[in-house]
Amino acid sequence: MINLLLRYTNLMVLTIAVLVVISFSLAYMFPGDTLTNISGIVPESDEQRAALEVAFKLDRSVFVQFWYFLENLVNGNWGVSFDSQVSLFDEISIAFPATIELTIYALFVSVFVGIPLGFIGGIWHHKPFDFGVVTFSVVSYSFPVFWLALIFITIFCLQLGYLPLSGRVNLLYEIPHSSGFILWDILVADIPNKNDAFLDAIRHLILPTLSIALVTTAIFIRFTRRSIMDEMNKGYIDAAKSRGFTTKQIFFKHGLRNSLLPILPLMAMQISTLITNAMVVETIFSWPGIGNWLIQAIYQRDYPAIRIGMLVVSVFVVTLTITIVFISRAIDPARDKFERAAV
Amino acid sequence: MTLNKQPSLLKNTILLSVSLMLMLGCSKQKTEITRAGITFCSEGSPATFNPQLDTSSTTADASSHQVYDRLLEFNPENGEIVPGLASSWLVSDDGLTYTFQLRKGVSFHTTSYFAPKRNFNADDVIFSIDRWRVASHPFHDVSGGTYPYFQSLGLRGTIKDVARINGYRVEISLYKPDSSFLANLATDFSVILSAEYAMNLLKEGIPSNLDKYPIGTGPYKFISYRKDQFIRYQRHQDYFLDTNGPEKLVFDITPKSSLRVAKLITGECDAVAFPSQNDLEVIREREDLTLLEKPGLNVGFWAFNTSKPPFDNPKVRRALALAIDKTSLLEAIYLGQATRAKSLVPSASWAHQSNMQDIGYNPITARKLLDEAGIPYNFTMNIWAMPVQRAYNPNAMKMAQLMSSYLADVGVTVNIVSYDWTRFRENLTSGMHDSVLIGWSADNGDPDNFYRPLLTCAAIPSGTNRARWCNPEYDALIENALKTDDSNERRIFYHRANQIIFRETPLVPIAHAFHYQAVNNQIEGMTINPFGGIRFDDVVRKP
Repeated sequence: MINLLLRYTNLMVLTIAVLVVISFSLAYMFPGDTLTNISGIVPESDEQRAALEVAFKLDRSVFVQFWYFLENLVNGNWGVSFDSQVSLFDEISIAFPATIELTIYALFVSVFVGIPLGFIGGIWHHKPFDFGVVTFSVVSYSFPVFWLALIFITIFCLQLGYLPLSGRVNLLYEIPHSSGFILWDILVADIPNKNDAFLDAIRHLILPTLSIALVTTAIFIRFTRRSIMDEMNKGYIDAAKSRGFTTKQIFFKHGLRNSLLPILPLMAMQISTLITNAMVVETIFSWPGIGNWLIQAIYQRDYPAIRIGMLVVSVFVVTLTITIVFISRAIDPARDKFERAAV
Repeated sequence: MTLNKQPSLLKNTILLSVSLMLMLGCSKQKTEITRAGITFCSEGSPATFNPQLDTSSTTADASSHQVYDRLLEFNPENGEIVPGLASSWLVSDDGLTYTFQLRKGVSFHTTSYFAPKRNFNADDVIFSIDRWRVASHPFHDVSGGTYPYFQSLGLRGTIKDVARINGYRVEISLYKPDSSFLANLATDFSVILSAEYAMNLLKEGIPSNLDKYPIGTGPYKFISYRKDQFIRYQRHQDYFLDTNGPEKLVFDITPKSSLRVAKLITGECDAVAFPSQNDLEVIREREDLTLLEKPGLNVGFWAFNTSKPPFDNPKVRRALALAIDKTSLLEAIYLGQATRAKSLVPSASWAHQSNMQDIGYNPITARKLLDEAGIPYNFTMNIWAMPVQRAYNPNAMKMAQLMSSYLADVGVTVNIVSYDWTRFRENLTSGMHDSVLIGWSADNGDPDNFYRPLLTCAAIPSGTNRARWCNPEYDALIENALKTDDSNERRIFYHRANQIIFRETPLVPIAHAFHYQAVNNQIEGMTINPFGGIRFDDVVRKP
């Protein structure tokens, strides 16, 4: 166990170290002034340039610079955006929770729709209902996420006019920023018309959440269905049947638990897919998350923002993935590693 | 089998979620808060909240008529100058001394960052003018220290002194008579700042907050701003005029014009700036939307950087102008929603010259001129295409692409360059371009507002003279035109200036466009202000 922990920690530290080195070296590889790429400030005079060079240790060796860069990363001192001159730490701490929020809701939808459907499909496999479920999952798995989002907008926003197409909440509601999760922020905020604001935020959430959730739901359906089918065909189920247990008893006592165990890590692995899809869908729904923010940074050639933004997102995804794999190995060490989600 | 129950449970779940969606879904119902506010989808982030520092109409829209007032205002109907913060004014017989009587009891905004201790008075006027006029003023160099509008008009050399007669009377004396002086005081850029607020900031050591967290006397006070996201305003309760404006005003910054129109359709915006020409039909067809249109006081043009060879050669500039088919540009880019420009001033202005010659489309002569000037085949130049939509050029990028195919016919290769709007203009001002597609919207009805900022020598450093063209003969004509009040006499000067522009071709005028705004029918009182920024002081939501 400790061996396992050490191995995964090692993997994580090394991967993050590589990411940090890449982010650091990008400052030199991006076009333009290295000083501006690191600090986000365009020096207006030679004196200011000299002062900035000293401040960012550009007059020292590369190793000192790297050490200083690490120190700043840890302290949350990430420099300023070249475009808005606002601290990158502040910008990211506003944008990133928005993405996480969308991801979490999409995960909820996928779990609560995908797993029951998969169960039913698995139990009555090769029955009409199962064919329906399989068709649904194949079709929704085949939709490109961005295309689906556009179709939703065309139908529900522009044609029917049911739902809004951009943002997190009507801007006329002033929601003070506390956690960055809009629904939570509304709940804890001291504002009039709280209920209206909450409903409004939910209406803004529906379409982006659904567009992301649909693909993942399809994946969940297929995982669950497969797992149930495999489990219910095993010898011990037949043995239980021959001993006279009802299907219901067998399913809830043995089948359910045993088929859930292998799919949980597989599902957790989908979180990184969800985050990626969320970042794509954000730009379509003008959702002020990290994906939208990074795209804007790329448009504006805001190199400091691109460097730090990519680092934050990749470190998050790497940490999450490795942690999940570690947990899944830890709770279920008996399984062959090829059956398990692997990085 | 007992498991049979599962599908009906599922059916219930689906039914429940669908009905929930429908319940949440009935969109266009307005809640209390959304009824009390108006959302305007604007096209970009303002560079600053002080229009003295920037001539972009995005900046003017976001601050000029929302946060601030001016000494004088234009009547948007007929362009007449009417009282603003000055209740009356007097011009001396020699046209050199202007005396303004100021309004009493006008209060500045009280916000989270400033609480005024006194009302508006003469000190604020002197502070606001001296900030850009006097180089030694403590605020002159704050936020960059360039005041493009005033510099391009050379107003610093016009004003001799701004003196306080008493608390509510100010006297401005000039070196020379200037028939457009009052009009200049009524433009979007001549806003009145709070001297008291500025002094507080100076004491705290954060003077540049004056332009980031604005304080004015206008109908709305500034609440918050996030770049590329939104600007929030709240109604100024003690505004000196009786207005019916909304309690809250939000600028939802949406750079994509198609997205702005989409948001207008879904009701997320109540009004949008610069709908693209492609969407105009959609808006006209919908019964719940109104399209406002007005011939704009603007001109879109293609300016050559005349400080860079070979564009310093008039022959080359003329050849390039001849290589372009303006008629097809007008059809493809403006979709017929503009008139062909032959000179700087549109027909809405009294100085328009209808019998002006125009440079036609003639690629053969163009190539011949290029040969004479020694420009080889495959000569490469760049065209800078502005990244934002403007009435005078709704799609500069597409226009640049069309032009590059015309120029390829005469053996000129084109690279198209674009940056974000703020950087685009910074780089233009430093003269990095070969040529640029850009334009100008007038800030007042006076023709001087076209001729002076666009092409005089004084307008090069301030950046409005995108051609970086300096011609003493032209400058003299523009100067002389201001020495008289007689518009017939002035017209003669301007027509002679047109001849020089035609001969030297520092820029190619392309179009005078209509100005469009689209609004939701629930909104009343929106008008297009031909003399500058958008106004919300009398906009109301229908009950």
